[in-house]
Amino acid sequence: VKLQVNTSLALFSVLEFAQDPTRHISAAEIAEKYGVSPHHLAKVLSELTRAGVVESVRGVGGGYRFAGNARRLTLMDVIRLFEDFVPEDAERRERRAGAPGAKRQGGASDRESPQAAEGSAQRFQLADRRPRRDPGERTPVGRALNVVLSEIDEIAKATMSSITLATMLRLVERQQRR
Amino acid sequence: VPDPAPTIAIRKVRRGDLDPIVAIDATVTGLEKRGYWKSVFQRYGASRDAGRQFLVAESGGRVVGFVIGEVRDWEFGSPPCGWVFGIDVDPVARQAGVGTRLLAAICAAFRRAGVRKVRTMLSRDNTLILAFFRSQGMMAGPFIPLEMDLAS
Repeated sequence: VKLQVNTSLALFSVLEFAQDPTRHISAAEIAEKYGVSPHHLAKVLSELTRAGVVESVRGVGGGYRFAGNARRLTLMDVIRLFEDFVPEDAERRERRAGAPGAKRQGGASDRESPQAAEGSAQRFQLADRRPRRDPGERTPVGRALNVVLSEIDEIAKATMSSITLATMLRLVERQQRR
Repeated sequence: VPDPAPTIAIRKVRRGDLDPIVAIDATVTGLEKRGYWKSVFQRYGASRDAGRQFLVAESGGRVVGFVIGEVRDWEFGSPPCGWVFGIDVDPVARQAGVGTRLLAAICAAFRRAGVRKVRTMLSRDNTLILAFFRSQGMMAGPFIPLEMDLAS
């Protein structure tokens, strides 16, 4: 899975904020730490604010602070805010339903609550991963390749959906001790 | 992770625990499997093999959770390691550290049995329990489960 720059920035920022929910951190401080322009970061923080993950604090000593629940919010919850997940088209679902081992799957909107989305059996894929009709996609080789790539998508999604920010912060601590 | 509730006690399963265990499992899965749990009790609860563990969490005199696992030797080419293949907590008793206590207890039992690695496997759709195991420090292991439908 290759995340877009804004998604990575969002994850970096959210983890910075979640490390100390009481601390107000300026966009400039995060921008400097991760070597990005404050202007670019502001767009990311604006989206995180809109989603209620962080809140902006005005005035002296203002900035942003974490407003979510680190034990509930997963990496996927943040990723969903910045990556366009598109449901499989009906034709592809039909094809997979007919594939060995495939199950017919129902679905829900990709913008439902994380819990609902996790409960959904419908497969989503990152829009920037295979956003177009690849040459040969309709051939047997193309379809077989799609089955393999679907495996990777499913595992990636399960991984991102099962790692909370609290768990991630422990991983960060472990890296800091090394 | 909250501090484990002080009133929680972890102990080996007893035959009289089967009813609440069946009830917890039925609540969580929507399927009552009394026969299955009887056989699991025979194999793991009644066993004196230190590698087989069937533990329950008790709070206020009531069974509120359980964990099952065993040490398996050289399966899948792996040196002996502990496998956790069942853990559940009564939904009304969650968020109190019961699962954490159960996992810690079975890991301690595995260590006493001489292994230094613990594994589990679960559906990738089960993000709740996946998140629990990850919160305890578990990461993806070096094995990949494979399956296929058998031709009729």
